[in-house]
Amino acid sequence: MTAPTLVDFDDVVDRYDPVLGLEVHVELSTNTKMFCGCPTAFGAEPNTQVCPTCLGLPGALPVVNRTAVESAIRIGLALNCDIAPWGRFARKNYFYPDMPKNFQTSQYDEPIAVNGHLDVTLEDGTVVRVEIERAHMEEDTGKSLHVGGATGRIHGAEYSLLDYNRAGVPLIEIVTKMIPDTGGRAPEVARAYVTALRDLIRSLGVSDVRMDQGSMRCDVNLSLSPKGSGILGTRSETKNVNSLRSVERAVRYEMSRHAGVLDAGEKVVQETRHFQEDTATTRSGRIKETSEDYRYFPEPDLVPIAPSAEWVEELRGTLPELPWERRARIQQEWNLSDAELRDLVNADALDLVAATVDAGAPSGDARSWWVSYLSQQANTRGVTLDALPITPAQLARVIELVTTGELNNKLARQVVDGVLEGEGEPDEVVAKRGLAVVSDDGALIAAVDEALAAQPDVAEKIRGGKVAAAGAIVGAVMKATKGQADAKRVRELIIERCGA
Amino acid sequence: MSDDLTRLSAAELAGKIHSREVSAVEAAQAHLDRITAVDGDVHAFLHVGTEAALASATLVDESLDAGTAPASALAGVPLALKDVLTTTDMPTTVGSRILEGWRPPYDATVTSKLRAAGITILGKTNMDEFAMGSSTEYSAYGPTRNPWDLGRIPGGSGGGSAAALAAFEAPLAIGTDTGGSIRQPAAMTGTVGVKPTYGGVSRYGLVACASSLDQAGPCARTVLDAALLHEVIGGHDPMDSTSIDAPVPAVVEAARLGAKGDLSGVRVGVVRELTGEGYQAGVGENFDAALRELEKLGAEVVEVSAPHFQYGLAAYYLILPSEVSSNLARFDAMRYGLRIDKGASAEEVMAATREAGFGPEVKRRIILGTYALSSGYYDAYYGQAQKVRTLISRDFAAAFEQADVLVSPTAPTTAFPIGDKVDDPLAMYLNDLATIPTNLAGTAAMSVPSGVAAEDGLPTGLQIMAPALGEAVMYRVGAAYEAARDAADGSPFAARTPEVKA
Amino acid sequence: MSPESPSSGGAITRDEVAHLARLARLAVTDDELGVFAGQLDVILGAVARVGEVAADDIPPTSHSVPLENVFRPDELRPSLTQEQALSGAPAAEDGRFRVPQILGEEQ
Repeated sequence: MTAPTLVDFDDVVDRYDPVLGLEVHVELSTNTKMFCGCPTAFGAEPNTQVCPTCLGLPGALPVVNRTAVESAIRIGLALNCDIAPWGRFARKNYFYPDMPKNFQTSQYDEPIAVNGHLDVTLEDGTVVRVEIERAHMEEDTGKSLHVGGATGRIHGAEYSLLDYNRAGVPLIEIVTKMIPDTGGRAPEVARAYVTALRDLIRSLGVSDVRMDQGSMRCDVNLSLSPKGSGILGTRSETKNVNSLRSVERAVRYEMSRHAGVLDAGEKVVQETRHFQEDTATTRSGRIKETSEDYRYFPEPDLVPIAPSAEWVEELRGTLPELPWERRARIQQEWNLSDAELRDLVNADALDLVAATVDAGAPSGDARSWWVSYLSQQANTRGVTLDALPITPAQLARVIELVTTGELNNKLARQVVDGVLEGEGEPDEVVAKRGLAVVSDDGALIAAVDEALAAQPDVAEKIRGGKVAAAGAIVGAVMKATKGQADAKRVRELIIERCGA
Repeated sequence: MSDDLTRLSAAELAGKIHSREVSAVEAAQAHLDRITAVDGDVHAFLHVGTEAALASATLVDESLDAGTAPASALAGVPLALKDVLTTTDMPTTVGSRILEGWRPPYDATVTSKLRAAGITILGKTNMDEFAMGSSTEYSAYGPTRNPWDLGRIPGGSGGGSAAALAAFEAPLAIGTDTGGSIRQPAAMTGTVGVKPTYGGVSRYGLVACASSLDQAGPCARTVLDAALLHEVIGGHDPMDSTSIDAPVPAVVEAARLGAKGDLSGVRVGVVRELTGEGYQAGVGENFDAALRELEKLGAEVVEVSAPHFQYGLAAYYLILPSEVSSNLARFDAMRYGLRIDKGASAEEVMAATREAGFGPEVKRRIILGTYALSSGYYDAYYGQAQKVRTLISRDFAAAFEQADVLVSPTAPTTAFPIGDKVDDPLAMYLNDLATIPTNLAGTAAMSVPSGVAAEDGLPTGLQIMAPALGEAVMYRVGAAYEAARDAADGSPFAARTPEVKA
Repeated sequence: MSPESPSSGGAITRDEVAHLARLARLAVTDDELGVFAGQLDVILGAVARVGEVAADDIPPTSHSVPLENVFRPDELRPSLTQEQALSGAPAAEDGRFRVPQILGEEQ
């Protein structure tokens, strides 16, 4: 297949209007699966979290997890949706080896939540309202491992190995309406929406929403229409978009690719495409010649779900402070400017800072650590900030050690480095690396006297009242103590010894 | 001695076991011996679990010998289990090659309840593949023969369970009824079969044919035995979302009450649309005689109309295949069951395995269901059938305003010769005309022997239908009729069963 | 017959049966195609009778039991062991079900 012609992004935006649509799957962090009592934990030995129901054994039957329904309703309410007073599950029939029953139990034309919206703030503070079409419940599939062939991918594999631990894990699929009129900001809007949705769902405590672990997955639908024409283009559906950055890049790439196809006078093919992390491109998947016939029908093994108004209101009462409410509160409490708040949000550090503050640290210190030093570390390591192997509580402890004078800033960074390297808790790193500030006056006085003796002219100046000259001696003492002295205390001692 | 034990009713046998006159092991052994003697001809069983049965009976004996009260009224009594319910200690094949030799890692709820009640499971009985059929000829393992005439079918799909009762291989059996698979074989073999209210008996571990229609139920040679078994297997199960959370109707009490022979105050409705033309002469005569008997017992016989029952068969043969096409998708050679390694890809292996593993009737219904659910046809076929289903339920509701139970012949004919209808699906489907409406509405019904047809000497059945959870009155009427019929005959109906002759 | 009901009789062709068999993953033989097409035609002719019922304003029944909101608490139940899970597998490797190469795309 020849490489697609890509049109320069600015050129695309000049001549075409992108229309976005986003489908996000969220794995709920319930204790058990959607329809059976098996655990949902990530990373267990293969096929050890399965039972007759989620393995699709003959005769086994599903029973709906009440907590999953409540989570779905809470997500719907947080997205300002209407909650359906009555609805059934349906069977989506198609054969695929990772699906034990060869049908997926899903909500089809009777989703639990419809017609909502989410207001999304872009980096410059612009607010875009994204309309939500529906949020519905379904179950996840198993995982296949493709053996043989070069890439470990499905193509060229000799055979596959199936693990059904994930099969039946509750999923909520949240589908936007078409998002028009975003122009050149389409990639940013897509990313901002997914970020906002992630923060919202995280605040509800119903999912880990970890894109890197697959507990949040995004499909990007995109089409272009010639600018101002209002003619809807053919859309592509890009799957496998597994990070916030990828969401942005997938939209950008598809816009350039669609424009290339349209400029050549060809038709965009309605198809599923797969995002390639390494190249930030998409590759063609299965071509949908006709819309697939999934032969949906109401799931006879499950009875309808009819949430009463009382139940829905009770659940509304359990909604926590939502991200935008929280942001407003935090801005006030921490006394942040709009720009400072935005930096914090854009660095994806708000939750981490808040957790660090909750663990006892002052907000200013916590902010500075996460937004600068730790952000750099995350960047260097190529991971997201929340994937850094340091917890807010650990950072709060480091900050505490600085506040009490047991560490200075330089040592504190070394302690943080130690934690990141897996050397243990901050106190253990301090002990193992011998990083405590030398605060034993006896040892320091000896070092001060030694430094004063080594530089008699400077000592004389200080004795003569030129206190500013003490800096040179402080430097010498710090060098002699390998940076482990408390500089403030050293300065005090120098002045004391010089009787100044 | 052995022979005597196999001729007893379950209630009588339980009495002897609980009084320690005979042991549970003796009871099990007598039936195992009987199976050895006749099942080569009858072929009611796909698997006989001799060791498991004797081990289970031994436990019952030990418990009773220790002075512990029986685990249930049927503790120690042997039973034949339809091979559609999962069992950890015996294979579960559903009469299909695709599950040949499959050992489930879990017990069906019905199986667990039988075990908890101390009932001895003798083995697994033959059936039409995936319970699709009315003659047991569609079993992948060969047909079951009717003990009344080994050249004839025993009905289906639960022909194995019914034949095991009629051949005195077991006093109790479990069947499943999707469109008549308990009741029609009961009629064909001169035994009692009950299709409980949908949701009355757990479907967990019942390998699905059509989920919204399937229901397991008790089979026996007497109404009281069926009632005793009904109370063992019935009741709410949190593993089945469609299970009704209500007490099991007091059917044993009702059966005992009925046996006293008084039905005054009971209104019996004759469904006009389920009588008249299309019935074999002897079937019609026996039905009329049964109505006279019910009147003699004091019942008021009224005629009722159910105008949409005539569409039941059509609706059923759309709904059932649709659900089947989806339920049977899981048999794909990936996780269990047969795998035909033909072709290089999973897709090809799936298609080759399903082609080889399913019989023609199953394939027909899968294709039919796939068609009925297709987007262009859904509304006209599946959707319309579901509306007809609503109308049939409304017909029942209106009829039950006028009558406490409804009656009809269970099946239009007596048992037909093996091979007669096997290549004519539509003719086969017509067997279930009278039984299907009950499944569509989710209500309860039973078949009680109503004598033998004058022209062929083969048994016929009286179908008694009741509203959802209205089993008590149904058992009362069934037991009253049974008692009156036995009194008139001078012996229990089962005693009229001829000895199995090859 | 109401207008939306399908025509009965002569409705189903061999090609349609072949298409349905593919959807249902049944590698039917050529002979079977002919037999099934004939039989299904007869059956469809019979079941098309549902179209004779005027039922436009009748709600469909998907469940014959009048239950709603049947849930289970979010509590763990014992899973099968890996050995039990794989006990019926035609082939297994490294605790997983081994299946032939999958031609389709990742879903």
